[in-house]
Amino acid sequence: MTGPQIIFLAAAAVTLIAAIMVVTVPRLVHAGLWLILSLAGIAVLFIMLDNGFLAVVQVAIYIDAIAILIILAMMLTRAAMSDTEPQINRMWLASAFASLIIMAGLLWIVSQAPAASRGPLVDAEVGLDALGRALVDVDGFILPFEIASVLLVAALVGAILVAMTPARGD
Amino acid sequence: MVPLSWFLILGAALFAVGLFGVLARRNAIAILMGIELMLNAVNLNLLAFWRYLWSDSLTGVVFVIVVLAVAAAEVAVGLALIISIYRRRSTIVAEEINLLKW
Amino acid sequence: MIETISWLIPLPPLLAFGLIVLFAYRSNRVSHTLGIGAMLITWALAMSVFLFAVSGGELPVSAEVEWLPTGDSSFNIGIWIDSLTAVTLFFVAWTMLAIFVYSVGYHNYGKARDPKDRPGLPPHAGGIDPMYARFFAFISLFAFGMLALVVTDNLLVLFVGWEIMGMCSYMLIGFWYGKDSAKAAMVKAFMTTRVGDVFMLLGLAYLYWLTGTLTYSEILFNPETLERLATTPSVLGPGTSAAALIALLFFIGTVGKSAQWPLHTWLPDAMEGPTPVSAMIHAATMVSAGIYLILRIFPLISAGWQPGEPLPDIMVIIAFIGAFTALFASTLAIGQNDIKRVLAYSTISQLGYMVAAVGIGAFVAAAFHLVVHAFFKGLLFLGSGSVIHGVEHGAHETGDHIDPNDMTHMGGLWKKMPLTFWTFLIGGLTLAGFPIVTAGFWSKDEILAEAFGTGHIAVFIVLALAAFITAFYIMRQITMTFLGKPRSEAAKHAHESTWTMTVPLVVLAIFSVTIGWAGIPRGFPVLSSLVPNWVQEFVDATLLEPAEALEFNSIPLLVSVSVALGGLLIGYLMYRRLEAGAPDPLARLGRVYVWIQDKFYFDELYDFLFVRPAYWFAETFVYRGIDRRVIDGFLHWVAGLAGRLGGFLRNKIDLPIINGTADLVGEGVKTASHEGRVIQTGRIQTYLVVGIIFTGALLSYIFFLL
Repeated sequence: MTGPQIIFLAAAAVTLIAAIMVVTVPRLVHAGLWLILSLAGIAVLFIMLDNGFLAVVQVAIYIDAIAILIILAMMLTRAAMSDTEPQINRMWLASAFASLIIMAGLLWIVSQAPAASRGPLVDAEVGLDALGRALVDVDGFILPFEIASVLLVAALVGAILVAMTPARGD
Repeated sequence: MVPLSWFLILGAALFAVGLFGVLARRNAIAILMGIELMLNAVNLNLLAFWRYLWSDSLTGVVFVIVVLAVAAAEVAVGLALIISIYRRRSTIVAEEINLLKW
Repeated sequence: MIETISWLIPLPPLLAFGLIVLFAYRSNRVSHTLGIGAMLITWALAMSVFLFAVSGGELPVSAEVEWLPTGDSSFNIGIWIDSLTAVTLFFVAWTMLAIFVYSVGYHNYGKARDPKDRPGLPPHAGGIDPMYARFFAFISLFAFGMLALVVTDNLLVLFVGWEIMGMCSYMLIGFWYGKDSAKAAMVKAFMTTRVGDVFMLLGLAYLYWLTGTLTYSEILFNPETLERLATTPSVLGPGTSAAALIALLFFIGTVGKSAQWPLHTWLPDAMEGPTPVSAMIHAATMVSAGIYLILRIFPLISAGWQPGEPLPDIMVIIAFIGAFTALFASTLAIGQNDIKRVLAYSTISQLGYMVAAVGIGAFVAAAFHLVVHAFFKGLLFLGSGSVIHGVEHGAHETGDHIDPNDMTHMGGLWKKMPLTFWTFLIGGLTLAGFPIVTAGFWSKDEILAEAFGTGHIAVFIVLALAAFITAFYIMRQITMTFLGKPRSEAAKHAHESTWTMTVPLVVLAIFSVTIGWAGIPRGFPVLSSLVPNWVQEFVDATLLEPAEALEFNSIPLLVSVSVALGGLLIGYLMYRRLEAGAPDPLARLGRVYVWIQDKFYFDELYDFLFVRPAYWFAETFVYRGIDRRVIDGFLHWVAGLAGRLGGFLRNKIDLPIINGTADLVGEGVKTASHEGRVIQTGRIQTYLVVGIIFTGALLSYIFFLL
């Protein structure tokens, strides 16, 4: 067992266990915290994939923004549901079954993956410089970039509108 | 040397767990957390494939960035919706949000 | 030309009837103008036909049109004018015209309508009859019926005219339908003549069946047909020939229509009608139609018989009934106190003379007497109507309300109503057969002479006896009515009638006197050299084989003269001193007189034999038994059945099966949806789980199992 493998296994274990904890703990805030841990594990895995940039982006966006936002929403809606109520609904068995089916299907597809994917890694280094340039390059990824921006603006506006208190008289 | 399949298996497992959370949790916010897990599993898959197969182009990275952006937007709007529902119906239990019921 | 006129003869009265009924009934003046105008036209047409025939015109005049297609051939109707038709038209036209004019005065035209008078009852006090226009409509239709009967050339149209007259007599006898006696009389008249009509129809059918035709020219004037009919045995067996049976059936029709015994009971009761009706029906036309019929079918009656041979059975029957009726009716006449009833029985009796004449084969004599009788009987009836009017008026003036028809309250009217008296006297003497100057003498004498001359002494004696009684009763009537002293206040204050009533009387009286001179038999002392026996020659031409005129024999002449004068004298002597309230001198006959007054109980007999059983049959048997029990019972049973069937269908089939199925469908859908609603949880997580599991199953099926 080589070093990277051990690190991978550890990070994977942490991520997976944290994920399982997310979906099972009764107290919602704990679930949020476990989510943060899971996201952090994902970040580590991103580093292992030679993409430090994305790891930082993951931490910054997912952990710093999204998870915090989730916890904020939990606090806003705290009175809606107490933590002593059952958190898993009645269909959990069927849901587990459905998940297992999906996983089985995915694993099967994985097993169909070409053998070349199991070969040695090609050495690659991605420069942020090139990435940045590619994002605004007309021959590059300007379109997805712009559309993503539009999407973010729409989500921004939409979220504000949806969450406005109704008593504004608009 | 970590085989690609390990990353993929992990991605599948994470996806399944996230799916379970979406399907089985009662609290709407918990469902959102499950969705986040699923999206992260997708990101992991994408990046793994990029690193092992397409590391000479940037498509994979850009894809992941876009997915990340979409996830962020979606969380924002979702939470706004949840808060709006909470305001109107004073509940965020997914079982109780059932106006489409017969 | 003459054919066209003949076709047109019956039409004007029919048109008058139609116009009055549809339009003119509101105006009395227009109605009687239409009626009399139509009758005048018809009179003119009939007279022209008669003059044509008399002045040697080509007879018979016949024409026909196709009427009813029957397979290859067709049934034709048309006109037939021969000498019998001509003389009949003569007397029918004159008498009917006289009666039409008379009706104007009789129904008090010109007098105001009494507000107390109601339609259906005779006017109280001399006001105009409320149904004046209707009367003219009816007598116009009646005239049409008679004229159609006379001018036609086949027996079917004759029957149609016969029946039209039957219906009109029904309506006219019951003209004053408010009186119960009139209602009963009209039904009785119709029913009794109907009995005769049924047999006549049978005769028509039988004749048509044997010969395939009903036209005179093909049966009555066709020797081969007559020969065949005379020799074919009828359905009654070889004893009777077909001709005899047919003649018998037709004769029964005549018995009904001309009121011979035994179907005589309707005629006296028919006096309930107004007097012009009595005159028309019982003198001029309807009863004459019966005699006209047997004169017409005389070839059938006498088929196979030659004058001089013994009479065949059918003619014996006819002669017997005629003679018996003549005597029988005259005996009844002597017991009547109603002025019109005497004349009714007199009519029956005189018709019996004619029937007897036909029976013994005296065709010409019968025809002659028919013509003469129409005139004097019409005269007598119209005269009696004038008397009734006069007495009624007197009754109203004095307030002495007596029955104006009753002769016992009359008397001394010769001073008050001279014109009526003299004309009535002429008529009465004609009836009695007063020698030489009256026509009745010539015609009645002819019949008696025939009876004596052909050797039928029994008939001769009976008829002579009847003549004696006839003279007696008519003198009784004249004496009681006109001579002597008035026996009531009303009679004292009677007065003469208007010109519309007296002028017809005068006209008819003239004819009563003069017509007889057309038939003076050859060989009669003195007079026959002055005037030939025109009647004999003219009417005889009707027959295929004209009969020979008889040798003149003085015995019947003496017998008839003595009988007539004797009867007149005795009648006058017995009644000239009759006091008011005194019993009738005939009452000395005791029980017999009572029987005579009660008409020998024939009415009661018929009531017992026919009327009561008919009522029982209709009321009890048919109505209660069959109609209610059987028919209604059957209907009720069907209704019950339908009800039960309906109930069964409804409860056992409709409700459970049909409703059940429909309900099942509805309920099924409801239940299914109720059960199936469960999948609509409204929860997205449920939908997702289901979707994922299903998709997974599908995909695994596709990938792994296929």
